[in-house]
Amino acid sequence: MIEVAKLSKRYGDLSAIRDVSFTAQPGQILGFLGPNGAGKTTTMRIITGFMPATSGTVRVDGFDVFEQSAEVRRRIGYLPENPPLYNDMAAVPYLRFAAKLKGMGRSAIEDALERVVQTCGLGGVQSRLLGHLSKGFRQRVGLAQALIHDPPVLILDEPTIGLDPRQIIEIRSLIRTLGTQRTVVLSTHILPEVSQVCDKVVIINEGRVVLEDQLTNLTRTRSLEEVFIEAISRDTVDGARAATAAEEEA
Amino acid sequence: MRNVLTIAGREIRSYFASPVAYVLIAAYLALAGYFFYALITAFNTSLQIYSMMRNPEMLSRFNLNEMVIVPLLHNMAVLLIFIVPAITMRMFPEEKRSGTYELLLTSPVRVGEIVLGKFAGGLVLVLLMVGLSSFFGVLLLLYGNPEVPLMVAGYLGLALMAMAFLAIGTLISSFTDNVVIAYVGALFALLVLYTIGWLGETIQGAGAAVIKYASITEHFQTLLKGIIDTRDLAYFVTVLVIGIFLTQRSVESVRWR
Repeated sequence: MIEVAKLSKRYGDLSAIRDVSFTAQPGQILGFLGPNGAGKTTTMRIITGFMPATSGTVRVDGFDVFEQSAEVRRRIGYLPENPPLYNDMAAVPYLRFAAKLKGMGRSAIEDALERVVQTCGLGGVQSRLLGHLSKGFRQRVGLAQALIHDPPVLILDEPTIGLDPRQIIEIRSLIRTLGTQRTVVLSTHILPEVSQVCDKVVIINEGRVVLEDQLTNLTRTRSLEEVFIEAISRDTVDGARAATAAEEEA
Repeated sequence: MRNVLTIAGREIRSYFASPVAYVLIAAYLALAGYFFYALITAFNTSLQIYSMMRNPEMLSRFNLNEMVIVPLLHNMAVLLIFIVPAITMRMFPEEKRSGTYELLLTSPVRVGEIVLGKFAGGLVLVLLMVGLSSFFGVLLLLYGNPEVPLMVAGYLGLALMAMAFLAIGTLISSFTDNVVIAYVGALFALLVLYTIGWLGETIQGAGAAVIKYASITEHFQTLLKGIIDTRDLAYFVTVLVIGIFLTQRSVESVRWR
């Protein structure tokens, strides 16, 4: 469970996010949407404890990200925007390294390796250097790294970027399976992905949450595209321009 | 502790997975070998000249330690000023650039463990270099009669110096995400530390004493004389501890800024 309350982050005069609040329940996949530069990555970095917020709180399974950072980090699997790979390592030694960092024991690591190699479809590239892998495989190794310690909370920053259509389908179904027991926050630009995968939608624009609702409520009468564009246009000074930008994106 | 070993292990593997470690070790040993050869040749030449002059008093002052080992260790220390920054420059900038910094900082690992792990990884490489260069000392032992305790103290001094250099390089690498800045910054800091003693000779009073204490060469020289004094050991340990402590603060400040 993730509870984000009144989260703000300022860089000097620039406000990256303002009063962002939402909650994600276990067994629920939360789609975190917004135009580029809306503050999605910043929010996710704060939730994972990579950077601090200027104000506001985040609680993960009841633990405060600032006060009980280690507890939170133990519970989170995080796939950053760019998969955090060491190019001079092969896939399996890398995953073993990540597992050790996450505090796993020796025997648990070997089982977990087998599991993530299987679920992320890494068979055949286990001993290839990460620097030589294609974008799609790099993304999948990054995902494997986030899953290796079987965390109850998953934060995925654009997990399907760079994958081919078949891989996208595989990863989406994997995320759906993972989401049945875990809390998953998934950021993406791809609206159909949200319709297929997510249970709940949070739309963020210019650093503020403009919409938080269940997917089924939102798409009862309209398409998600319409909802998205309306949400971010209402909020923007130059609504028309944002709407076009979002349309192009979608 | 386990996390420190995990991070150090990855660090060492990364040095040896690329040609970096081999190039650094080869450059260091080749140059040190050249210095050794030049010093030995000079020693031999002057020995022959004085033997011809049949001057036993001069000959008795000839000393392998003073004329070969001490200058050799000095030269190797200068080499380390250029080589250690090449080891430390990648430590943090590469993690920040590749995004692996996010993996490290969002794992349940303490910042101090990350810093110690990175330092320990570099230390293995640096001590390996110093250790391999003790080959020159062994050669002298086989073909001459140097004073062993003096030589051991000298190499100990070199190892301590390398450790202090590494701590400073690690600190400076934590400030930036750019390898060139990390290299030049560390080079600058080490050169200042190495030459600050020169100032102490020109000024008077309490300032001179402070500078003399801060100068790394001052403490290195005591060890080169064969004197293992706790004051000098304390100096090297202090540099080491301060370097690692400040690195920990610096990395943590990035996280909580």
